[in-house]
Amino acid sequence: MAEKLGVYICGGCDIGANLDVDALAKFCADGKHSSAVAVAKSNPVLCSPEGKAMIEADIKENGLDGVVCCACSPRAKWDVFKFGDKVQVERVSLREHCVWSYQEDPKFPGQMEIIAKDYCNMGMTKLINSRIPAPELPTAFKTVLVIGGGFTGMKAALNAAALGYSVILVEKQDTLGGKAATMYKSFPLGAPYSEREQEIGIEQVIKDVQANDKIKVITGATLESLAGAPAQYKATIAGQEYEVGACVMATGWVPGKGEFLKPLGYGSIKNVVTAAEFEAMAKKGGIKTADGKTPTSVAFIVDTSLLMKGVSFGACGEACEGPEEMPCKEGEAAEEGECESYVYPDKESAKHLAYSSELTSLVALKQANYVRELAPDALAYIIYDHMMVPGINEKYYKAAQDDPGIMLTKGTVASVSEAGSAVVINAKNTLLGENVAISADLVVVPTAIVPTTAADPTMNFVYRQGPAFPDLELFDGFADSNYICFPYETRRTGVYAAGCVRQPMGLGLAAEDAAGAALKAIQCIESANRGVSVHPRSGDLSFPEFNFTRCTQCKRCTEECPFGALDDDAKGTPLPNPTRCRRCGTCMGACPERVISFANYGISQMGQAIKEVKVPDTLDKGGPRIIVLCCENDAYPALDMAAMRGKSWSPYVRFLPVRCLGSVNAIWVADAMSKGIDGVMMLGCKFGDDYQCHFVKGSELCNRRKENIAESLGRLGVEPERVEQFEVSIDMYDKVPGLIDEFVRNITTNFGPNPFKGY
Amino acid sequence: MSNNSILVVGGGFAGITAALEAAEVGYEVYIVETNPYLGGRVAQLNQYFPKLCPPSCGLEIQFQRIKNNPKVKVITMADVKSLSGTAGNYNVTIAQRPRFVNEKCTACGKCEAATSTKVTSEFDFGTGKRGLAYKTHPFMFPMRYVVDAGNASEGELNAIKNACPYDAVDLDDKGKTFDLAVGAIVVATGWKPYDAAKLTNLGGGKLKNVITNMQFERYCAPNGPTGGKIMRPSDGAEPKKIAFVQCAGSRDQNHLNYCSYICCMASLKHVRYTRERSDAAVTVYYIDLRTPGRYAKFKDATEADPKLSLVKGKVAAIVEDAQGNPVVTVENALTGIKTDEKFDMVVLATGMEPSCAGLPGAAGATDADGFVIDGEGIFAAGCAKQPLDVMKTAQSGTAAAMKAIQTVVGR
Repeated sequence: MAEKLGVYICGGCDIGANLDVDALAKFCADGKHSSAVAVAKSNPVLCSPEGKAMIEADIKENGLDGVVCCACSPRAKWDVFKFGDKVQVERVSLREHCVWSYQEDPKFPGQMEIIAKDYCNMGMTKLINSRIPAPELPTAFKTVLVIGGGFTGMKAALNAAALGYSVILVEKQDTLGGKAATMYKSFPLGAPYSEREQEIGIEQVIKDVQANDKIKVITGATLESLAGAPAQYKATIAGQEYEVGACVMATGWVPGKGEFLKPLGYGSIKNVVTAAEFEAMAKKGGIKTADGKTPTSVAFIVDTSLLMKGVSFGACGEACEGPEEMPCKEGEAAEEGECESYVYPDKESAKHLAYSSELTSLVALKQANYVRELAPDALAYIIYDHMMVPGINEKYYKAAQDDPGIMLTKGTVASVSEAGSAVVINAKNTLLGENVAISADLVVVPTAIVPTTAADPTMNFVYRQGPAFPDLELFDGFADSNYICFPYETRRTGVYAAGCVRQPMGLGLAAEDAAGAALKAIQCIESANRGVSVHPRSGDLSFPEFNFTRCTQCKRCTEECPFGALDDDAKGTPLPNPTRCRRCGTCMGACPERVISFANYGISQMGQAIKEVKVPDTLDKGGPRIIVLCCENDAYPALDMAAMRGKSWSPYVRFLPVRCLGSVNAIWVADAMSKGIDGVMMLGCKFGDDYQCHFVKGSELCNRRKENIAESLGRLGVEPERVEQFEVSIDMYDKVPGLIDEFVRNITTNFGPNPFKGY
Repeated sequence: MSNNSILVVGGGFAGITAALEAAEVGYEVYIVETNPYLGGRVAQLNQYFPKLCPPSCGLEIQFQRIKNNPKVKVITMADVKSLSGTAGNYNVTIAQRPRFVNEKCTACGKCEAATSTKVTSEFDFGTGKRGLAYKTHPFMFPMRYVVDAGNASEGELNAIKNACPYDAVDLDDKGKTFDLAVGAIVVATGWKPYDAAKLTNLGGGKLKNVITNMQFERYCAPNGPTGGKIMRPSDGAEPKKIAFVQCAGSRDQNHLNYCSYICCMASLKHVRYTRERSDAAVTVYYIDLRTPGRYAKFKDATEADPKLSLVKGKVAAIVEDAQGNPVVTVENALTGIKTDEKFDMVVLATGMEPSCAGLPGAAGATDADGFVIDGEGIFAAGCAKQPLDVMKTAQSGTAAAMKAIQTVVGR
């Protein structure tokens, strides 16, 4: 707890012109927190070298352990208001939240001073109730576990080993190499991209792995279970336990099921084969029809529209929402919610062909080259609707176009039928509108890339929330991230997917992906070793602390943590795993007994801050009061930009930034209501399939909890409409002031004063 | 002497990612960015496909990570002048241009109000104006004004200086040149929109109501010249009929000899922008609609729009009628019918050209197209390497960080 505060009021950026900063400093020095305030001063420009020097001198002279800078937003001048790791800093945004955004209400003029005083008191309270976090430093296991000994996994292992880390590489098969070892050749892995083919060189990669003394290879084995947490994992492989720090999941893919290829004659026409089967043929050295003859023509079908009929990409909604917890296998008595084995629904569908579209095109172009090489007299046809070769691979496509032995036909395939030993493909919508029939001795249909995670949990986490990655439904089983900006971020800290288990990709990209995932794994180990969080609160030293004596084993925190950071014991008492935690505070928000808090962000701290808002006894004596709990990552910056753009809003709102709406505890709303606050706005990120919440589930969970809050308010006779959540993205700076004003207007005109006001 | 710090050239999404991923392992990183701000191209976008979310959302997290990590040093308005040495031991000379505004700036905006002269805004690709003392955009990072001394008279400069209450305007700023000793270099110099003026048959840069896809982004952005409204440049009217012309420069031996990866998805995204704002009829002229992998879902949802026509055909010419309406000549590849179709506005899906194309590459060798090739200790990331979307750019930046660390580890 900060006990010796310095409070500083800046006079710059219109603050001094609108507020009596000396009086404000005096208010802080002599006010209700006077016992904790050692110094309170104003300064014409607090961020100037003189202003900063003044604060530093005060820290030295008075031994301050906390500094409240009442100036601009914490997002501004962040580099100036830092005073070392022994002094806590709280920023009070008088500029953005008070002066620049001030809107005078003719009914109650002169609110600015009242706003400023509220915020100063809130700032002081927050610091008085805050401690410097002191993380426990675990003994970090620094070994990187790579699951999957294919091309991606081996590249990840080599990358990690090159930084000096020990690696355990687990491969299910008896030999290394994975799918790449079954391939004949590849399209180019790097420049020049117009080269017709490239040797993969998998044998050399295998040799490099085997020769590397940092890499321990275990073949013929899988990851049976992964218990613990980043930097402290216990991985069970072939019955033996290994200590590992973080994981790269490179378990790759399996070819899609033939049933989805039926409309193209696969399974019923003997000379229709899949691209995977064709690849195996080429690898064996000969392209043959079912009768063992070398074909005179081979047609590759790239257009999959016939296979996609009736497949819906539409908004997922509940249909593809994963179960909260995986159901136990039938017949097994679920004892205390635990069961021996889980049902893991197979997520494969025809949609995997769409996911694989880029590879389908590239592989057809590649395999057309095989025809040219292995059956030089044969013609190769490629029937495509959209040649899906974005980016630099256009050059590869172009090289095929220049080959007179490869006939590229734009068209949508209408039917595939057998005519003697030949196969006839009928296509429409070709160039210039003609319908064509292409007869070929052999027809190659696409192979869908289906991630191993579509049918198997793969990681076998020994986590309370189950053995698999959650949310895999979002990408039909691919262990992908829903973040555009942060492709390695998922809901399981310390495990980074790479290669085709994440997204269908060629070997060139897979090599890059392997390097990236290996770096993320190492970064996670090193962060845990320093006791700090990984993305998005990178470097955060705080960790939720539990007061277990008051815990009622309700399990809400363990269920709601988006990252599965909390396990529980047989009684249901949460077992924290600090290195899985991302410090969002969702557990803190979930807890009905309010036993979870961070050293520098807590339930009572925020509750106290809310209580610092001075509420007039009646609406007629100074207007309503509204608390706005806003996400510090998106809504808060939007408000900053709104203020900077000269927008203004009701003078009756008071903002409290939160780490994530997931951390909002119902008690804060209750505190506000019991104090006579007339309404609570919660500004958080968009949720649903295209969620923008940086902690995945925070805003969604808050919205769900809001229903309970509304219910309890209703029981107390308080209208539930007084508490509303709004989805605010960071670029809504021109809209959010209107949202605020409308909410205040609605509360004031339609609901009037909070019935608890004045109690 | 060898050195274990890393230089990242370019502070766009690839560069920021590379820098942070390396710094969070524990390495010291310098980001050298030519613009006055970080964020590069994504900062100029309204929304990303396929989530239709604002890029500033991810950038805010990146900037928080930078703020919290003393190992990342950001140098803006600076370019690499020269480079010597070998892997593990490079000496890089950096030239920083004058900003004329020092660290005392509070972004209060008084300098901006001191003069009324407006000039064309580079950030808006010429669609908007800015002052002589300016922020490029509201989300600028570092948030510090820039004075455009080249376009200001002496009187205006003095007015700007005198308006600043914080002594932050330094008209004597001469810029500076300094050396950095680093062990590895990530080249993340990104891309620039292909110059539409070179597309003479499409009226690029000449016909008023023919704009580029990046200009369209600026129109749709809430911080853009129209506050997010789609207006046609000639008269400010809301267009009722818009054409998007794909492969404007891309997949064309006379211009860019490759596909620019993002334009198909970007135009489909622009169809969504349009629909959110009006009921305008939209036609997209394409060669192939390239919506790879998980983007199929976005295409499927966008295609359902009854006022969208997708026409396979390469646009041959665009001219202007007497009312300034662009007229598009195109042969439908499926019917063979050649038509002249009148639109209110045309958006050229201009491709991406590596920023280094045509410039003497100060760091890293380039191929014939201008893309940067990896060297020993020098690694390309993002669109400097090849055309990519943002997701793959972030992946590429992370991989480049790994390679850079491998060069400096143990030094």
